[in-house]
Amino acid sequence: MSKVVEYNSIREIAGPLMIVEGVRGIAYGELVNIELSSGEKRTGQVLEAREDLAVVQVFEGTRGMDSKGTRVRFTGETMKLGVSKEMIGRLFNGIGKPIDGKPPIVPDKKIDINGQPINPASREFPEEFIQTGVSAIDMMNTLVRGQKLPIFSEAGLPHNLLAAQIARQAKVRGKGESFAVVFGAMGITFEEAKFFMNDFERTGTIEKMVGFINLADDPAIERIITPRMALSTAEYLAFEHGMHVLVILTDMTNYCEALREISAARNEIPGRRGYPGYMYTDLANLYERAGKIKGKKGSVTQIPILTMPQGDISHPIPDLTGYITEGQIVVSKDLHRNGIYPPIDVLPSLSRLMNEGIGEGKTREDHSGVANQLYSAYAEGRDLRDLVAVVGEEALSDRDKKFLKFADLFEKRFVQQAPDENRDIIEGSFRIGWELLSTLPKNELKKVKQEHIEKYYVKQ
Amino acid sequence: MKKNQKQIVGKIIKIAGPVVQASGMLGVQMYEVVKVGKEGLIGEVIELRKDIATIQVYEETTGIAPGTEVVATGSPLSIELAPGVLGNIYDGIMRPLNIIKEQSGDFIARGIEAPAVDHSKKWEFTPEVKKGDKVTEGQIIGNVQETSIINHKIMIPPGINGEIVEIAGKGTYTVDDVIAKVKTEKGIEEVRMLQKWPVRIPRPMKQKEEPSVPLITGQRILDTFFPVAKGGTAATPGGFGTGKTVTQQSLAKWSDADIIIYIGCGERGNEMTDVLKTFPKLKDPKSGKPMLERTLIIANTSNMPVAAREASVYTGITVAEYFRDQGYAVALMADSTSRWAEAMREISGRLEEMPGEEGYPAYLATRLAQFYERSGRVVTLNNKEGSVTVIGAISPPGGDFSEPVTQNTLRVNKTFWALDKSLASRRHFPAINWLNSYSLYVDSVKEWYLKNASEHWAEYREKAMSLLQKEDELKEIVQLVGPDALPDTERLVLEVTRMLREDFLQQNAYHEVDAFCPLTKQLAMLEIILSFYDRALKAMENGVSVDSIAGMKIKDVIARMKEHPNDTFEKYAKEIKSKMESEFSSLEGSQ
Repeated sequence: MSKVVEYNSIREIAGPLMIVEGVRGIAYGELVNIELSSGEKRTGQVLEAREDLAVVQVFEGTRGMDSKGTRVRFTGETMKLGVSKEMIGRLFNGIGKPIDGKPPIVPDKKIDINGQPINPASREFPEEFIQTGVSAIDMMNTLVRGQKLPIFSEAGLPHNLLAAQIARQAKVRGKGESFAVVFGAMGITFEEAKFFMNDFERTGTIEKMVGFINLADDPAIERIITPRMALSTAEYLAFEHGMHVLVILTDMTNYCEALREISAARNEIPGRRGYPGYMYTDLANLYERAGKIKGKKGSVTQIPILTMPQGDISHPIPDLTGYITEGQIVVSKDLHRNGIYPPIDVLPSLSRLMNEGIGEGKTREDHSGVANQLYSAYAEGRDLRDLVAVVGEEALSDRDKKFLKFADLFEKRFVQQAPDENRDIIEGSFRIGWELLSTLPKNELKKVKQEHIEKYYVKQ
Repeated sequence: MKKNQKQIVGKIIKIAGPVVQASGMLGVQMYEVVKVGKEGLIGEVIELRKDIATIQVYEETTGIAPGTEVVATGSPLSIELAPGVLGNIYDGIMRPLNIIKEQSGDFIARGIEAPAVDHSKKWEFTPEVKKGDKVTEGQIIGNVQETSIINHKIMIPPGINGEIVEIAGKGTYTVDDVIAKVKTEKGIEEVRMLQKWPVRIPRPMKQKEEPSVPLITGQRILDTFFPVAKGGTAATPGGFGTGKTVTQQSLAKWSDADIIIYIGCGERGNEMTDVLKTFPKLKDPKSGKPMLERTLIIANTSNMPVAAREASVYTGITVAEYFRDQGYAVALMADSTSRWAEAMREISGRLEEMPGEEGYPAYLATRLAQFYERSGRVVTLNNKEGSVTVIGAISPPGGDFSEPVTQNTLRVNKTFWALDKSLASRRHFPAINWLNSYSLYVDSVKEWYLKNASEHWAEYREKAMSLLQKEDELKEIVQLVGPDALPDTERLVLEVTRMLREDFLQQNAYHEVDAFCPLTKQLAMLEIILSFYDRALKAMENGVSVDSIAGMKIKDVIARMKEHPNDTFEKYAKEIKSKMESEFSSLEGSQ
């Protein structure tokens, strides 16, 4: 590493970027300390390194910087975060400085916030069922330890309420293991942040939580760092202290906007809708930091939340996310309007790792069959709703009427639950699921094994 | 290595992500491999301008500064091909991930050098030629039993023709030991078990033949309706959650190829772990041996360096060609080619090239075509028959098939398995849309099917397809006027197509029996459903109502026939048919 030299040869400041010339031996990705004429200190990172100039992105934004009095020091190191177990119960800003009025932590070690890819040969396949107490997730889109399962939402929907409920209720059945929540907020409003904090405080979650909060009025560029801070902390707690860490990242849409801002400032060739062509890789570098490692106790489970612009699931942000994550929980405006909480639309939702986390010894032997049957019966009922809108209910056959009824029951009794209702998978979700399936004739339950029908079908 | 030439050493002048520029590189060739810095990060020259070379680096470049040395290696990106490759998992440039794990722990560090195969391991070699034999390039000179199912054939490397002057006797050798010496016009050439081959150049063969034998996959919708031929190409485009990966994995598990190359290109880490976890447990339906023994996995997950992702498909197809040259039928799954295209786009963007459609480089179509053209059923240099079947998954943004990767792939691809989000969301799996998909191999494999599967194949296929087509038309009418407005014969069509969809097309990749459905069972199942239709038509002529047909008990039996064990299905099919007949007769009798 080169020794630290100070420069004040700033050639250009534009948007979040600053170009420093006359430099020597600056490494790509190096951390930069910046001191403004006013004495204020900021940090940045080298985005492009040439023989005699460096392009630096300034995390706190470039407002108030001038090209004359600003001094720039290249540290020769990449961006690192000092971590320690004492971080649990603490709150930090988007770039890792304490904001809870308590003293800075004494780091146990310093880690590179960009992390390194987990070797696929070292990964352990996630297969431990996490009970969230939410039927639409536990039964239909099961979450497992080490999974990354985002919530796709829209502005105005109760995704925060749902995320807080999951953070509060999530547990592995019948086990008391050390457990932590890492909360990374990017560009959320003060009120949203307040909601989470109040909820975590009220329920005691705060004692096992680490928070990194970048609010809507904090510099946008900081948001590039926030999730990396959160994930580095999570990896540290999981793989060095054997904890099971649930990471909630909200709102990924704001993160992607920040990414676009930097890309535009660098005059890069834009991909779809102005987002940079490398957004897939960039997002993957975050999402792929979930998982389990062979021979290590801990795990990192991610629940990123993103708001789909105009509810459009094919927008680049949800689209690229869906290609990387192991499924998605889709929150729907229609269900919300009908007063259903949580308004999870199970049809476009999916958990890719579900099959490994369910079944005998994990949940119950009939899980896969029941879930598939609930899906297809509900899907059929929903199709019939469209038909009824045209031809009227009278035109339906008796069979079809049953499916139509089933779809209503499914939403009102199975999906619907209170924000503080923690449903047990067996006593709650399975019981209600079979009650609903039993409103259909036995021979329509083609996805369930015969023996399970005999065992669980409820006689009317 | 080019001999008698001074090594070229340059200096880095610019770094931006995975693309770096170095000056003082006069004399390096396009696509030559270079090593960057003390850590020796591997890179490849992708642009030359005077003495400045633009290099894509296969590893993370953070911390590299201008002035760092760049050393040219004199050879293009090449991989090692030798006994020991099967059953392994590699990164995009053929470094074994297990070895990387030993060297750098659970997280992948950079600058690791790891040979593809163990150079110290001794293999039992049995020669097939003797001293004095004339040999030509590609000729097999001996065998190594690499796994219990695969006999790794040792070949004379391309470019060597002459007379054997020395050949190793039966015994154990490492891949570096000289096992033969060949006297050629240019002098004596030493032959080892290890071959090196540059990944971007197709391996030579004698000639291509038209594919005419289907790749049997055990997937009903594929084998019966949209078969791909051995040596052919197929594309599976689909939005996220439509089951691309499950389909690709089912093919890797059950298709009747000899060798499977599975490329996880820019996909999820956990998926690769899944493959690693399940394949050793799965038994090949033919040999009963673990599947992993015929499989090679290339994993360049989405968070691994983007340039190596670009290289990973070439690495995969080179290995595939190498086994093809030994006379094997190889199937290569690339999941997903869109990530490969995006890697090209990313590199191209960093080079500030003029973008084509949607920011992809203008050469996207050419590269895709070149890749798919490396598939084929060929006559090898050794006059054997070998084939490489390429099945590429495509991840179109927003599930929109009009985007450049899908469109350019379709132009060079003969089988199209269209994954459909609306099918997936109602859990109809495999979510392959039967109306939009097609296979242009239907005519070329027809003869094989008629001879080896059933003389009725083409007839059943057409009949079932036309019913499904009819259903689509009827559904539009039902949407407008309701099902009751249809005449009885058309309501029967809807009943039967529901059976076709649910009881035949749907297949559960996780069910112990249903995951793999042999061709004979597929056709027997189809026959049962079609004969149900014919018999029902006849019953209706005899006055039986469509409602009582819809309520028949035999339908429940048919619904579950896919779960019936494969080996006793023939007998079971007869039972179903006789039950069906008696139920129909009793319906008719009660009229």
